[in-house]
Amino acid sequence: MNRTPQANESCPSFSNLDQVRRRFPCLQQEIHGNPLVYLDSAATTQKPTQVLQAVESFYQEDCSNVHRGVHTLSERATIRYEAVRAKVAQFIHAPDPHGVIFTSGTTEAINLVARTIGRDRVSSGDQVLISAMEHHANIVPWQMLCEEQGAKLVIIPCTDDGDLILDDLQSLITDRTKVVSIGHVSNAVGTLHDIQKVIAFAREKGAITMIDSAQAISHLPIDVEQLGCDFLAFSAHKMYGPTGTGVLWGRKELLDQMSPWQGGGDMIRTVTFENSTFADVPWKFEAGTPHIAGVIGLGAALDFIQEVGFETIQSHEQQLLEETVTRLDRLDGLTIIGRPKNRISVVSFVLDRIHPHDAGTIMDQQGVAIRAGHHCAMPLMSRFGVAATIRTSFAIYNTLDDIDALVAAIESVQEVFN
Amino acid sequence: MNDIRELYQEMILDHSRSPRNFGPKSKHNLSAKGHNPLCGDDVEMHVLRTADGVVEEICFEGSGCAISTASASILTGVLKGRSEEEVREIFASFRQMVAGQGDAPAGEGLGKLAVFSGVRQYPARVKCATLAWHTLIQALSGVEEEVSTE
Ligand SMILES: Cc1ncc(COP(=O)(O)O)c(C=O)c1O
Repeated sequence: MNRTPQANESCPSFSNLDQVRRRFPCLQQEIHGNPLVYLDSAATTQKPTQVLQAVESFYQEDCSNVHRGVHTLSERATIRYEAVRAKVAQFIHAPDPHGVIFTSGTTEAINLVARTIGRDRVSSGDQVLISAMEHHANIVPWQMLCEEQGAKLVIIPCTDDGDLILDDLQSLITDRTKVVSIGHVSNAVGTLHDIQKVIAFAREKGAITMIDSAQAISHLPIDVEQLGCDFLAFSAHKMYGPTGTGVLWGRKELLDQMSPWQGGGDMIRTVTFENSTFADVPWKFEAGTPHIAGVIGLGAALDFIQEVGFETIQSHEQQLLEETVTRLDRLDGLTIIGRPKNRISVVSFVLDRIHPHDAGTIMDQQGVAIRAGHHCAMPLMSRFGVAATIRTSFAIYNTLDDIDALVAAIESVQEVFN
Repeated sequence: MNDIRELYQEMILDHSRSPRNFGPKSKHNLSAKGHNPLCGDDVEMHVLRTADGVVEEICFEGSGCAISTASASILTGVLKGRSEEEVREIFASFRQMVAGQGDAPAGEGLGKLAVFSGVRQYPARVKCATLAWHTLIQALSGVEEEVSTE
């Protein structure tokens, strides 16, 4: 264990991950007298010190608006803000930073696409394709669009194991399919979907493709060029960054053609009372004062992830995942919901005759934070015939001890009830 | 683990496992549905109210967590034969016990319902304990709309 710590070295050793964990102040606390065991990172991750410091330093040192002043502070803020755009582009291997639009999160990003190019491309009798495993954020905007345009929302079904059934894509994607919007990783059961296959089929038919990468972005490297999608969305708060900030990446040619979404300051070139001309992409889509501190925090979160490295993240999280599935399978009265072929960082389960909400309260008494509910995926819950599940989800700071605590907490729930 | 037993008292566990007055009743003249979006609890209350405003029969259907199921089950036993006015008064005291401001009343005068006094320590669960009550009041008001705890 006498390794010299080096910033960019991938660090599979546990002593190094200990150091990583220590960077998260929120994790260093007790809940009801027990050490906090945070297993709800799919809802939002904890934030490392460097992210908190970046946000604070913006307010302490550079606080001003962006793109609006010739004074020094505004210049600094603008430089910091725009530097993150370039960093995001690099992070997702986008060829052009101008394809990166800052939003308030994944939800806003999907709505933006539905309300702009979605509205332009989808007309009466057309189809929008999503899957049975989407988060409500990737259902409702499309449902609203279809309703408005008289189009049909078509659903890729899934198996009992929680894998999408992609054998019939040929019949699901037709000439009338104008948009295909698919989750990258399921927030409810953890499936890593074969999105490449869906994108390839969709492109062949000329449909617009959108990927909801909210649950993928902090767990695996993403290359938008390689994926071949048109749009990709994610939220900073699920990747160690601040809440209220997210990204829509779009193919520049498409963004250029798209009409703006919200009108206001920053998104215009000139305004008269007769008409306005719009700013270039991406600013055209960033009306009003953005969440500058959030974006700067996102930049620090990207640095954090790159510092730890995806190799380390993936091997560590995979180890936690396998251990969790093995340990949970040994427990009587527990059923894991979904056995996807490829799983990332999420395990959902139910306990015989015990409602997830009761389990959640009892586990919280032991400091174990899990999510109990429908995970904003009500159609998927009905597909599995459950109203709710208990969901445990991991991030780089979780440890094997956390899994011991999880198992102990589940056993004590069963003890109360049986 | 002592604390948690105050919330999940034996009577609550018992009623959640085998709820009383559970299932559709042929004889009722008022019904209402309730839903708690946070945990997905669903409850439907059916009441037979006499002309002079007495709850003659009361039963419920639905699915939910232990707290919401036990709450519905226990209230059906406690409220049978009470006047509508009494029902509203008891609900007011119940609410005061599980979620009221100031010092916690120990549930005096609430009889069996006092087993829910522990809910006070778990603000996230107050809605579970009160869902059946809100739904019942809705039914008694004769408004046939779904109530939500939101
Ligand atoms: C798969 C998926 N899509 C979209 C969202 C919505 O993200 P946000 O609430 O940050 O907009 C979430 C968050 O829960 C998610 O898990």
